[in-house]
Amino acid sequence: MSPLQLCLLFSSALFCIGLIGALARSNTILVLLGIELMLNAANINFIAFWRFSPSPSPATGVLFVIFSIAVAAAEAAVGLALVIAVYRHQKNIRLQEAARLKG
Amino acid sequence: MIAQILQLDGHSSTVAVGAAFPILSLIVFSPWVGAALLAVFRGVAPSVSRTLALIFSLGPLALGLIALNAFNPALVAPQFVESHLWITALNVHYHLGLDGLSLVLVLLTGIITPVALLASWRVDHCPRMFGVLFLLIEGAALGVFLALDFFHWFVFWELSLVPAFFLIKLWGGPGASRAAYQFVIYTIGGSAFMLLGFAALYVATGTLDFTQLAQLAADGTIGAKLAALGGIWPKAVFVGVFLGLAVKVPLWPFHTWLPSAYAEAPVGGSMFLTGVMSKMGVYGFLRILWPIFPAQLHAATPCLLGLALAGVVLGAYAAMKQTDLKRMVAYSSVNHLSYCLLALFAVSYATGRPGLHAEAATAALSGTILQMFNHGLSAAALFCCVGVLESRAGGKRGLNDFGGVRTAAPIFAGLCGISLFSSLGLPGLNGFVGEFLIFRGVFGLHAGAAAIACFGLLATAIFLLTFWQRVFHGPRAGAAADGKFSDLSGIELAPLLPLVALMFVLGVWPQLLAGLINPLVTSWAGHLVLP
Amino acid sequence: MTGLAVQNLWLIPALPLVAAAIGALTPRTGRSLAAGAAIAAMGVSFLLSCGALVTALAHPAAHAVSNFAWFDLGASAFRLGWLLDPLTAFMCVMVTFVGTLIFIFSLGYMHEDVNAKQFFCFLSLFASAMLGVVVANSLLLLFVSWELVGLASYLLIGFWFHKPEAAAAAKKAFITTRIGDLGLLLGMLWLYDSTGSLLFFDGGNGVLEANTLGALTAHTALGGFALSTVIGLLIFCGAVGKSGQFPLHVWLPDAMEGPTPVSALIHAATMVAAGVFLIARVYPLMSADQALAHTALHALTVVAFIGAITALMGALIAVAQNDIKRVLAFSTVSQLGYMMLAIGVGSWVAAIFHLLTHAFFKALLFLGAGSVIHAAHHEQDIRSLGGLSKKMKVTFATFAIGMMALAGVPFLFSGFWSKEGILHAAHEWDVSHLPLYAGLAAVVLTAFYMTRLVAETFFGKARSHASDHAHESPATMTLPLVILAICAIALGFLGTPAFPWLQAKLLGEAEVHGHSLLEGAGLMMLSIVLVALGLGAGWALYGRKLRQKSTSPDPLAAAFPGVIAFLAARMKFDELYAATVFKLNSAAATFADVLDRFVWDGVIRFLARLGEFAGIVNREADEDGLNAGFDAGSKSLRGTGNAYSRAQTGDAHGYLRVIAIGFVVLVLVVMMGGGR
Repeated sequence: MSPLQLCLLFSSALFCIGLIGALARSNTILVLLGIELMLNAANINFIAFWRFSPSPSPATGVLFVIFSIAVAAAEAAVGLALVIAVYRHQKNIRLQEAARLKG
Repeated sequence: MIAQILQLDGHSSTVAVGAAFPILSLIVFSPWVGAALLAVFRGVAPSVSRTLALIFSLGPLALGLIALNAFNPALVAPQFVESHLWITALNVHYHLGLDGLSLVLVLLTGIITPVALLASWRVDHCPRMFGVLFLLIEGAALGVFLALDFFHWFVFWELSLVPAFFLIKLWGGPGASRAAYQFVIYTIGGSAFMLLGFAALYVATGTLDFTQLAQLAADGTIGAKLAALGGIWPKAVFVGVFLGLAVKVPLWPFHTWLPSAYAEAPVGGSMFLTGVMSKMGVYGFLRILWPIFPAQLHAATPCLLGLALAGVVLGAYAAMKQTDLKRMVAYSSVNHLSYCLLALFAVSYATGRPGLHAEAATAALSGTILQMFNHGLSAAALFCCVGVLESRAGGKRGLNDFGGVRTAAPIFAGLCGISLFSSLGLPGLNGFVGEFLIFRGVFGLHAGAAAIACFGLLATAIFLLTFWQRVFHGPRAGAAADGKFSDLSGIELAPLLPLVALMFVLGVWPQLLAGLINPLVTSWAGHLVLP
Repeated sequence: MTGLAVQNLWLIPALPLVAAAIGALTPRTGRSLAAGAAIAAMGVSFLLSCGALVTALAHPAAHAVSNFAWFDLGASAFRLGWLLDPLTAFMCVMVTFVGTLIFIFSLGYMHEDVNAKQFFCFLSLFASAMLGVVVANSLLLLFVSWELVGLASYLLIGFWFHKPEAAAAAKKAFITTRIGDLGLLLGMLWLYDSTGSLLFFDGGNGVLEANTLGALTAHTALGGFALSTVIGLLIFCGAVGKSGQFPLHVWLPDAMEGPTPVSALIHAATMVAAGVFLIARVYPLMSADQALAHTALHALTVVAFIGAITALMGALIAVAQNDIKRVLAFSTVSQLGYMMLAIGVGSWVAAIFHLLTHAFFKALLFLGAGSVIHAAHHEQDIRSLGGLSKKMKVTFATFAIGMMALAGVPFLFSGFWSKEGILHAAHEWDVSHLPLYAGLAAVVLTAFYMTRLVAETFFGKARSHASDHAHESPATMTLPLVILAICAIALGFLGTPAFPWLQAKLLGEAEVHGHSLLEGAGLMMLSIVLVALGLGAGWALYGRKLRQKSTSPDPLAAAFPGVIAFLAARMKFDELYAATVFKLNSAAATFADVLDRFVWDGVIRFLARLGEFAGIVNREADEDGLNAGFDAGSKSLRGTGNAYSRAQTGDAHGYLRVIAIGFVVLVLVVMMGGGR
């Protein structure tokens, strides 16, 4: 098994764990954690493809990842702010109950 | 002297010269400049806005007097001409010109507007907008009297309705809304036909210029081209233009909008409507219908003479029956304006008939123009007097709401009496000369019509004296019963005094006006031939 | 004394006009200024008129004119002008002289009136307009002044305008005379149209000169009459209105509502004389058709008969009046009839002679009546007066002189000579003698009613408190009476048949040809007998047995109650006109009003309804046709939207699940497709 395949297996596992966590948990913070896991799985993929590509340019993969981490940080901040807002509103953070945005 | 400074020269500027001082444009647009200024400055005090409106409304009078100074009455063609190509595709020119007829009416507008504003000095409801509308309507009326191209002539013609509508509706009496709608819809209805007529005329001739159209009419081109349209079209074009003008004058029986519009309008509005706007229709007859459709008008005159006579006689008799003083004065306007049309129709009637006296035609046409000016003065003064009565009686203006006003307010009674006698054509006051010339002309052209019109003179005397007797004579009664009925204040004297002074001056010295129009009228009467 | 040139003739009417302007512009408190200006202007005008008379008498046959352009009309100009001939000059002198006296009288009479300043303003305006009529050399200028006379009389009759009767009388006077004026206007228009001029004399082109008159008689107008006949009769209409001739005399008695000096000025000296003057002025036109044999009617014949009817009718009605001023008013109507009669039978100089003498003695009578009314605190009913001869000696004496002049008491009084001239002319007329008989009958009646008037007013005992306390009027009022009384006697000797100086001058003859008094002695004797008869009958009925109480019955009314009631009601003319002319007039007004209100307004309303109906049709078509389609379309769109929005559950887990499933499906599809 090549190192690339190993990395991809690891990131797939990580993604699945994150997906299951996001789908199965009802605590919104845990859902957010799951989403973070899936994001990081994607980041590992970026790094892996960059590292093992035939002719890696110096900055491409890292740049993507740094960018992605920055966006994820912002997203997490917004997500947590939303969570706090939801908590203030309904005194808990259960995702099933926050269904008032239906069309 | 001012004319020399401005390098104004009526004679040489008969050709369009761009460098010439555009005095006519200035006359038309100076009130609009004032209107724009007033509209922009929202926060000004009422007294300031009144004064500003008055000052700007005096602009055309001052400019008109300058033009009068440089005007050469001996020339028949328009003077101070401004002609610029405006819309190339339609062959539309921005074409202004001033001849004796226009000059007389420009001066009339210049006099009546400030006087009407003075008479409305006490208007408390938004005096700024009142001034704006008044300046707008003044500019539009001046545009009508000076434009020589149908395109912007019609724009001015229709534009004058808009301020009039708001003046009646917003500052008028209890029935004002209805009267305003009736007035505007009726007049627009008439002008719609006129627009159609001119559209057809344009299709036939390719020009909208009045002077060119008149020339084309004189050499028979228009008649031939319209006849080429076939069917009822030649007549329909004439009828369309005729309807637009007849409603505006108004010619009997198109006059039913007039009494309520004049009665419901605010005092200044009534003064302007009767003093200036009613002249727009007669002006249209003289400037457009008669020169452009001489043959069609001639063919219609037997019927039209009857309508004008009906206006003279029935207008006066209907006035006798009115108890609302404003409606009474309004009907007297129908009567007086019908004299103008009677004279014109008589001239047209006699055109081409054997034994036409050019002298009679000259007299009739001079009389028409003098009557236009004189009626403007006397009817405006009468409306102003009724306005004074109304303000004293808390809005009442019935024939029977007063009594013995002469005891309470002798100066007012004197001025109102002079206006009344001017209106009934007393010699020595302005109304007489015009009426005498009209009668002299009409008698020479169609003696029967003159004889019938005499009943109008009699009925006018009866109802005006009834007005005077009921309101001013007898014991003090009605609104004048208590001591609170005061004589005129300074601001109420201001509009009446110039009007009354002019009545005397023009009554004794009609040459002032006759000298301006005589060569023009003589030339008209000298070319009375049908194509 | 130097004369006044015709170029300066305008000064005569202009001065009173200036006085009127001063009067109009002074405040109410400036009454002495207004009165002073009026009297001064009138006095100066009188002196100027005397100057004009000197000029005119130097060349009595000449018509001196001064024409000027008023305004441009066509190739030429419209011209007006002044005219100076003996007729103008005599009229000017009379109007200004009598006017001055009346003005002075008014000083006393209007002493207590708050509006006295206005009164003098109007009086001056009136005098100015009247003088304008007299000096005009153009029918138009005459008409202008004529109408101004009408205006001034309107203002003066209605001077006490707070009285409804005065206001109504003023209006009636104006409207009635205007009816006549419309005839005058039409005549003037016709004259202008056929001759191209309105100047009386214009170096051969004036309308009263031979060329023009020849052209006018040569033309035939309506119904076979000569053009000059028709025009003359139309002009006569104006005179009928102004001079109170039958059938337009109705305004004159009502006009007595004005202050008495006004009655004297309007009804004696001037306004009513204007009509007679007009016809005398245009006499060449009126008589132009006399030479025509073939015409059915001469204009002057109509004038003569109207005059005769008026003379008789006025005298008859005067018999039954009880108001001192109304008796005089109807006597004026009657005397004006005489004047018209004189013109009609061809002797306009006799008419003018009578006009002049009548102006003086009638002004005297009116002012005398004014003096009585003033003294008796505005009591005008002769039945309530009485016994004034002792209390008001000057007034009585002068009134008696006026009465005798009017009645035509022979030889001493002017009225006798002027009336004699008229009767003589009527006798000479070869068309008919009916006017003569009417005139002779009026002579009896005049003497009769004047005797009655004097007997009732001045003799017997005072029959009311007012007349009991009467006292002589102040000097400003009695002095004019005395002067007028002297004139009422002296003036007759200007035109006696033995030395007809006035007639000769009016006709432009240089020398005076007297006749022997015996020439017309028969007629003169007859009229003297008739005057005596009238005086005797009057004295027999009213003087012998004097009235005791104001309510005691009139002896004549007791004898003929029906006739006297009919005459007292002025022959029911007012009722007749109310039933015909007024009704017709108001019917016309109603017709015009109804036509407007219902017929024309109805048409407009109908058109508006038509437009409204079109609008309704349009709206229905829009709503049921076009709008329905749009509505259906948008409804289905909305349904689709609803359906889709159900997928939006708001359940974040659900969304995630869908995303995950979708992702898996996508991966599978890519894997399966991507394998190839």
